[in-house]
Amino acid sequence: MRGWKVLLPLLVLTAIVLAACGQQAAPPPQTGQEAAPAASPTAPQTAQSRLDIVLARGRLICGVNGGLPGFSYVEPDGRYSGLDADFCRAIAAALFDDPNAVEFRNLTAAERFAAVQNGEVDVLIRNTTWTVSRDTSVGMEFAPTIFYDGQGMMVRKDSGITRLEDFQGKSVCVQTGTTTELNLADWMRRLNVAYEPVVYDSIDATYEAYAAERCDGVTSDRSQLMARRTVLPNPDEHVILDVVMSKEPLTPAVAQGDARWFDVVKWVVFATMEAEELGVSSRNIGQMLASDDPQIKRFLGREGDLGTGLGLTNDFVARIIRHVGNYGEIYDRNLGPDTPFKLDRGPNDLWTRGGLIYSPPFR
Amino acid sequence: MDPQPQAGKASLQRSRALPQPGEGPPPAPRLGAVGWVRQNLFSTWYNGVLTVVCVWLLYAAGTRVLAWVFATAQWTVVRVNLRLFLAGRYPQDQTWRIWAVVLFVAGLGVASWAAWNAARRHPAAAWFRRRLPLAWFLSFPVVVWLVRGGAGLPVVDTSLWSGLLLTLLLAVVGIVGSFPLGILLALGRRSSLPAVRALSILYIETVRGVPLITILFMAQVMFPVFMPEGVRPDRVLRAMAGLVLFTSAYMAENVRGGLQAVPRGQVEAAMALGLKSHLVVLLIVLPQALRAVIPAIVGQFISLFKDTSLVAIVGLSDLTGIARSILAQPQFLGRYAEVYLFVALVYWIFSYSMSLASRRLERQLGVGER
Repeated sequence: MRGWKVLLPLLVLTAIVLAACGQQAAPPPQTGQEAAPAASPTAPQTAQSRLDIVLARGRLICGVNGGLPGFSYVEPDGRYSGLDADFCRAIAAALFDDPNAVEFRNLTAAERFAAVQNGEVDVLIRNTTWTVSRDTSVGMEFAPTIFYDGQGMMVRKDSGITRLEDFQGKSVCVQTGTTTELNLADWMRRLNVAYEPVVYDSIDATYEAYAAERCDGVTSDRSQLMARRTVLPNPDEHVILDVVMSKEPLTPAVAQGDARWFDVVKWVVFATMEAEELGVSSRNIGQMLASDDPQIKRFLGREGDLGTGLGLTNDFVARIIRHVGNYGEIYDRNLGPDTPFKLDRGPNDLWTRGGLIYSPPFR
Repeated sequence: MDPQPQAGKASLQRSRALPQPGEGPPPAPRLGAVGWVRQNLFSTWYNGVLTVVCVWLLYAAGTRVLAWVFATAQWTVVRVNLRLFLAGRYPQDQTWRIWAVVLFVAGLGVASWAAWNAARRHPAAAWFRRRLPLAWFLSFPVVVWLVRGGAGLPVVDTSLWSGLLLTLLLAVVGIVGSFPLGILLALGRRSSLPAVRALSILYIETVRGVPLITILFMAQVMFPVFMPEGVRPDRVLRAMAGLVLFTSAYMAENVRGGLQAVPRGQVEAAMALGLKSHLVVLLIVLPQALRAVIPAIVGQFISLFKDTSLVAIVGLSDLTGIARSILAQPQFLGRYAEVYLFVALVYWIFSYSMSLASRRLERQLGVGER
C-alpha cells in the first residue's frame, strides 16, 4: 500500500513533466515529411509513388556519405559539395526547379540500404557499388552509374612506370586481406609480371610506406588513391596509372518496386550524360534553348512531351542543366583538373571518347 | 555510506587541534626554494634519478607538442570552419538566434549566481533563488523555440541542427529527461510492489546490458520499421529519446545508491511525525539521497555529454560528425590531428565546466561535511 501512495503522485507528476517536455521538443509536424504517408518498399505500382510523396513534400531527401572527399562533404559555409551531392541537386532541380530543395542525410555503410527500404531517404547516392546481390536480395533498384571506380595504381612520376607490365621486379604496397590484394595478384599473374607485394594491415600504414619509398607503387580504389595523393608531401610527383583492375560502379539507388520514381532518377542521370554528348552545358543553355536542331529542341522540352511521360515538366532537362550542369561539368567541378584531385576522366568519359558514359536516346 | 561517524571524527580532530593557551602552533619550517627542491625531489638517490628522468621526459614531450602546436600544425582548417564546428549547418541569416540563446542562458546563469550569493542580504534575491529551478525549467522551452523556430520565427529543420549546437542540445535534453526518469526507476526498484519492482529491474538491467550504440542504431534504423506507415518521428528526436532511455537506467542505479545511504531512522522519524508517505520520499529521503550522490550523477552527465558523440556513427552531424565532413574538404585533406584536437578541446572545456560546477554545488550543499 505504502508503495502505491508514494509512487502514484510521482508517476503523475513525472508524466506531466515529460509530456510537457515532449510537446516542447516535438512540435507538431510542419515539415510535411511526417505527414506524407510512406510507400512500402514492395508496394505494387498502383500504390502512391515516391515521386508523389517527394513532390508533395517539396524537397528531396538524399542519402549521402557526408565525409568522402570529392563525393560528398560539407563546405565551410555549410553547403554540401561533391559529385554525389550534385546529383542529388540535379534530381531536385528537375523536380522543383530549385537545386537547393534537398535535405542531405548522412548515412553509414551499415544503415544505407535500410534507410532506403524504410523510406527514410528517397534516393541513395552514397558511393555505393552496384552488385547483383544488392540489386536482387537487398531490394535496391540501381539507376545509371555516375562514377566508374575501380582498383588503380599510383606511382612516382620519376619512376618511369606507365603500365602494369613495368612492375617486373618492382614492389607494390597493398593492404592485406582485401580484394585489392587478390585483384592485384590475379592481374599480375595474367600479365606474367613478377612483382613483390609489400603488405600492411592498415590502410594508413600502406600509404605511409609508399610515402617513405618502401615500394614503387601503391594500389587501391582510384577514388581513394586520388584523395590520398593530395595529402602526400608532394602530390604533383605522383601519378595514378590509367589501369583499372576491378569494377566498382558507384551508382544511385532507390527502393525496388516503384517504377515511376526509379524512372525519374534514372532519366535525370541520363539527362546529364546526354547533355554533355549534345554539347549542352550550363554556360550555353541560353543559346541552346533557341536552337533549331530538333534533337536539342526535343531534349530541352521545347518540343514533344518527354518530361510529362516521366511525371515531370517537359523542361526538366533544361532545369537540370541550368542549375547543376551536364555530366562533364559536374565531374570537372568535383574531381577534374581544377580540383586538388586532378582525376582523369578515364572510364568516366563519354562513349564517343572511349569511356563508358552512355545515355540511351531522348526520343 | 553514512556521513555521520565521519563528521563526528572530523569535529573531534578539530577540537583537539585547538591551540592551548600559552603555546602557539609550531612555526612552519622555512625551507626556501632550494631546500624545498632538495627535500621533495632529491631526498634519495633514486628520487633524484626519477626526478631527472621525469623532467627530461616532460621537456622532450612538451617541446615537441609545443613545436607541433605552434609551428607544424595548420590551424586554418579550424579557423575557416569555426562556424561549422559550432553552429553547424544552421542557416547563416538565422545565426542571431543562437547568439540569443547563448546570451539568454548566460544571463540566466549570472542572475542565478548573483541570487545565490546575495540571498542572505536581499529578500528579493532570496525570492528569486527559491524560484531558480522554475526559471531554469521554463528557460528550456524558450531555448527550443529560439533554435527550432515557429510562432513568429522561421522554422529551422532539425536536419540542419549540427555541430556543437546539436551536441549541446542532445546533452541537455538527455540530462533533463533522464534525471526524473532515473529517480522514478530507482524508487520503482525499491518499491514493495512486486510488479513495479520487477518492471523497473527488467528495464534497468536490459538497458544496462546493451551498448549505447545499439540503442541508437535501433532508434535510427529499426524503429521506423516497427512504426505504422506515416508515423515518422524526427531523427534528432529519436536520438534524444535513445540517450534519455539509456542514461536513465544508469541514473536509476546512482540514485538507488543514494536512497540506500539514507538511514532507516530518517524515514521512521518522518512517519512518526505524521508525514504522508509520498511526502516522506519527497521531503526527507530524496533530498538526502540526491545530495549524497551528486558526484556520481555529475559523472553520469559528463559521460552522457561525451556519449552524444556516438550519434555521429548513426549519421547525425554533431561535433564529431561534422568533423568527419570537414576532414573531407578537398583543401583540408589529412588535417586529422588539428581537427580532432580542436574537437577534444571543446569537449574538455564543457566537461571540465560541469565538473567545476558540481564541485561548487557540493560545497554549497555541504556534501562530505555534514
